[in-house]
Amino acid sequence: MKRERALAIHGLGDPTLLGGALLLAVLGIGMIWSAGQIDLPSAVTGAWRRQLAWLVIAIVAFAIVVRVPMRWLEWATPWIYAFAIFLLLAVLVVGGGPNTRSWLRFGGFSFQPAELAKLATILLLARMLGGRKEPQARLFELWRPVAAVVVPFLLVMAQPDLGSALIFVVILISALFWARVPLFTIFMLVSPGVSLILGFSAPVWGVWFVIVVLGLYLRRSYMVEAVAVALANLAAGALATPLWNRLAPYQQRRLLVFLDPEVDPRGAGWHLIQSKVAIGSGGVTGQGFGLGPQKRLAFLPEQHTDFIFSVVGEELGLIGVLVFLLLLAWFLRRVLRVATESSHGFGSTVAFCFFAVWFAHLVINIGMTVGLMPVTGLPLPFISYGGSFLLTTFVGVALVCRVAYET
Amino acid sequence: MTAGEVSRLSRARRSRAAAALLFSVILILAAAFFRLQVLGGGAYELQSRNNRLRPIPIPAARGAIYDRHGELLAESIPGYSLSLLPAPPDSARVTLDRLAPYLSLTPEGIEGILERRSRNPQLPVLVKDDLSFGQVAAVEERRPDFRLVVIETHPRRRYPAGATVAHVTGYVGEISEGELDSDEYVEYEAGRTVGKQGVERSYESLLAGAAGTRYVEVNARGSIVREFPSDLARAAEPGMDLTLTLDLGLQQFADSIFPEGDVGGVVALDPRTGEILLLYSNPSFDPNLFVGGISEVEWAGIRDHPRQPILNRAAAALYPPGSTWKLVLSTLGLRQGTVGIDTYMPTSCRGALQYGRRPFRCWKPEGHGPLDLSGAIKESCNVYFYQLGLRLGLDPLLSGVDELGFNQATGVDLPGEISGRFPPSRDWYDERFGRRGWTESVVLNLSIGQGETEQTLLRMAQFYSALATGESPVVPHLMQSAELEQLREDWSLDLSEAHRRELVSALTRVVNEPGGTAYWHRPREWTLAGKTGTAQNPHGEPHSLFVGFAPASDPRIVIAAIVENGHPDNQTSRAVPLASQLVSRYLRSEGVPPDRAIEAPAAIPAPIATDVEGGVQ
Repeated sequence: MKRERALAIHGLGDPTLLGGALLLAVLGIGMIWSAGQIDLPSAVTGAWRRQLAWLVIAIVAFAIVVRVPMRWLEWATPWIYAFAIFLLLAVLVVGGGPNTRSWLRFGGFSFQPAELAKLATILLLARMLGGRKEPQARLFELWRPVAAVVVPFLLVMAQPDLGSALIFVVILISALFWARVPLFTIFMLVSPGVSLILGFSAPVWGVWFVIVVLGLYLRRSYMVEAVAVALANLAAGALATPLWNRLAPYQQRRLLVFLDPEVDPRGAGWHLIQSKVAIGSGGVTGQGFGLGPQKRLAFLPEQHTDFIFSVVGEELGLIGVLVFLLLLAWFLRRVLRVATESSHGFGSTVAFCFFAVWFAHLVINIGMTVGLMPVTGLPLPFISYGGSFLLTTFVGVALVCRVAYET
Repeated sequence: MTAGEVSRLSRARRSRAAAALLFSVILILAAAFFRLQVLGGGAYELQSRNNRLRPIPIPAARGAIYDRHGELLAESIPGYSLSLLPAPPDSARVTLDRLAPYLSLTPEGIEGILERRSRNPQLPVLVKDDLSFGQVAAVEERRPDFRLVVIETHPRRRYPAGATVAHVTGYVGEISEGELDSDEYVEYEAGRTVGKQGVERSYESLLAGAAGTRYVEVNARGSIVREFPSDLARAAEPGMDLTLTLDLGLQQFADSIFPEGDVGGVVALDPRTGEILLLYSNPSFDPNLFVGGISEVEWAGIRDHPRQPILNRAAAALYPPGSTWKLVLSTLGLRQGTVGIDTYMPTSCRGALQYGRRPFRCWKPEGHGPLDLSGAIKESCNVYFYQLGLRLGLDPLLSGVDELGFNQATGVDLPGEISGRFPPSRDWYDERFGRRGWTESVVLNLSIGQGETEQTLLRMAQFYSALATGESPVVPHLMQSAELEQLREDWSLDLSEAHRRELVSALTRVVNEPGGTAYWHRPREWTLAGKTGTAQNPHGEPHSLFVGFAPASDPRIVIAAIVENGHPDNQTSRAVPLASQLVSRYLRSEGVPPDRAIEAPAAIPAPIATDVEGGVQ
């Protein structure tokens, strides 16, 4: 009861969530400051101030969003989703950015509509799946949530922004998972995607296809479903190569480099090699805050955005890395707990989806700096430089806090 | 259990699964960082250093070169060099194009630099070695345009004595591609300065010193950010200073008295040690021109000059030895008992010797009359030596001369010395002219130092050294070293001391008795012993030669001189006065007491006495 009162007073739900988010964001600004401490003139040097300004905006947004009751939000969801899709279409026409059309600018202010689309998709899926008493067990019953994800997914792919597109898949799977859809159904759903990736190697794909067919047989799936899944896998395997050829060359290179960074040590492999060198040379205690030579001498690319964690590794060493990892893990655990404890179907699903999205960002971003994941350009929540991402992250935190409050 | 409770339970299970996934992933990530930072830390630390540290060679100052009295022949002074840091080819080209007007680089020069750069792209490449202060200032003023450029002070070679000793010191230049590929220069990198000629070349290993290395930190674009204090850095070790046996004063004196406009050379040895006191070749070149890269025009001017200033006429040029060769014949004759010092030949000189159908002439058309060996040396009678050669016979002559090492080089510590040439056997003639293409009459020309024999001045000086001292022949050398002084050749004169003294006294008569071929130019204070020579050659007037030593009884200097085309008919030999003055100058400066009663001032040598001066053949 004491806890209930504390929540009521702050109006925050779980106050440790906001505290954790603020702590991580402040540490992030510290790392962005350090990322700007380099020996060459660089735009990054002032980035921490811009990030600080964005943090203020994000806190304001948090304060507003946290006051919005879940019911209102659930009601507004279709409109938010429609608006997000509209922006995704708009960005394809008028957007800008390096290599991709992913940014919208108004005045001095730029914004990635994909960020809003992630939020909107989470809300829409939570609304579709969260309220159900019984989970949908059959594949074809899932057409609505699948469609809700496929639309923004395809639009983001068209930018093309592989990393963000991947997050939509994460949203779909996590929402279905949290809606207690049977795991095998989810398996059937994503199996064509796996076929698409494995399609480059005929023998590996063959093994996968046998597993899928065997699974379909053993689980006694409905004949129509089984045939559809098998056909989809066949088609995906066959389409892999033509689709690959349609990827942007920089995306192809990034995927190839994931397999072997030495393929192109001066080009696409450069990022990964330099990141590993920076992290490795940090040792246990690091080179000192602000002092990492790889970063200072500009060997480390994207040191304030995608590779901010390499700066952590180089300058703060294994100790710093573990502190950051534990803080992030602790924060995610709190979000997961909110999702678990919420009795509100919609809210619980929203919280879980944010958990899954941030977790995916963390795994992909940090995994990328040590070569466990391909270089996809996904930022690290709270830490990486990027205004609109920080803003949507804090809006997410506000929603999770609201869920905790309404529990 | 209600449906709601079931749903809760299943959700709790899924929550636990998600939490388990979260923590196992965090664990995997932590393990990955542990592997990279703790297990691989050292390797990555090293890679991080290699990544950002660039070794920059610190050139070592070459050792100085001094003459025997400590006079400076070559030194290293600070100069400015401009290098281009490692950069992609395009940026390098842009920078070079921008530098071109300030450093007067030609398009070909730029291509050359780019080519050198491509051989070692991670090292800085030398652009220009001898910037003037104005050029340094011009580049420094435009620093923002030249981010890839480093200007360093760089030891720079200077040859204060210049052209006078150029053939001794040689010069330095940037290491060539051919040299880089050779075993001798394994440890050298492109852009290094190496000795190209002379002592600079032969004592490269001593003079060069060891280049040091410093490390600079560069950024991802390869620009130097700062000096990196590293335990791997090494200071350059300056090269060793060399003291030569050369006497700069004597060398400069030779330069001042060498007949104006003439071509030739002089070499002087200490016959007791083989120390080279003088090694002069005219015309010469200024070795300072080569420092920091000689321009194509200047180099062409030296290389293509008709008088070949680069040629070392003392050690790397072959001349017919002419009458100076007669002592070789005399030595063979005496040691084989073919003749004694007072042996007369059956045919007295009537101006020529009839052999077969052809007369072989003496230089003196009216003839010398009857002469013994001593007199024949004194008056350089060809007819006498034709008969001595015939009496020796072709085969003993060929093998005897070969035994005296006239087909070998002296082994002097100078690059580019060439061996003397003398037919070692009949086979040589057979190969050259065919079995029936030649007759035994070759022996006549060989006897007077013409025909198929060619020797260097140094080689002749070495032979006369052995004659002067009676010791095993010394090895001529330029570096002061007790070890080199002890070196001896593997051949010897094999002449009894009595015979040797007889030859020395005959040589003394050449210079000191009226009628001797060098009488008019005898030194007044010391007894010079020696032999004149006049070498017929296809290039014009005969060359004028003199080889001799002084003081005759206790020789301190052996001298060999040649003035090309220096003995036109009916004129005086130009090599004799040159040698005579140099010997006097040396002995005086060394404080050697005069061994001759000073004569009343003699008449100034008149250039009319063609009947007295030695011409041969």
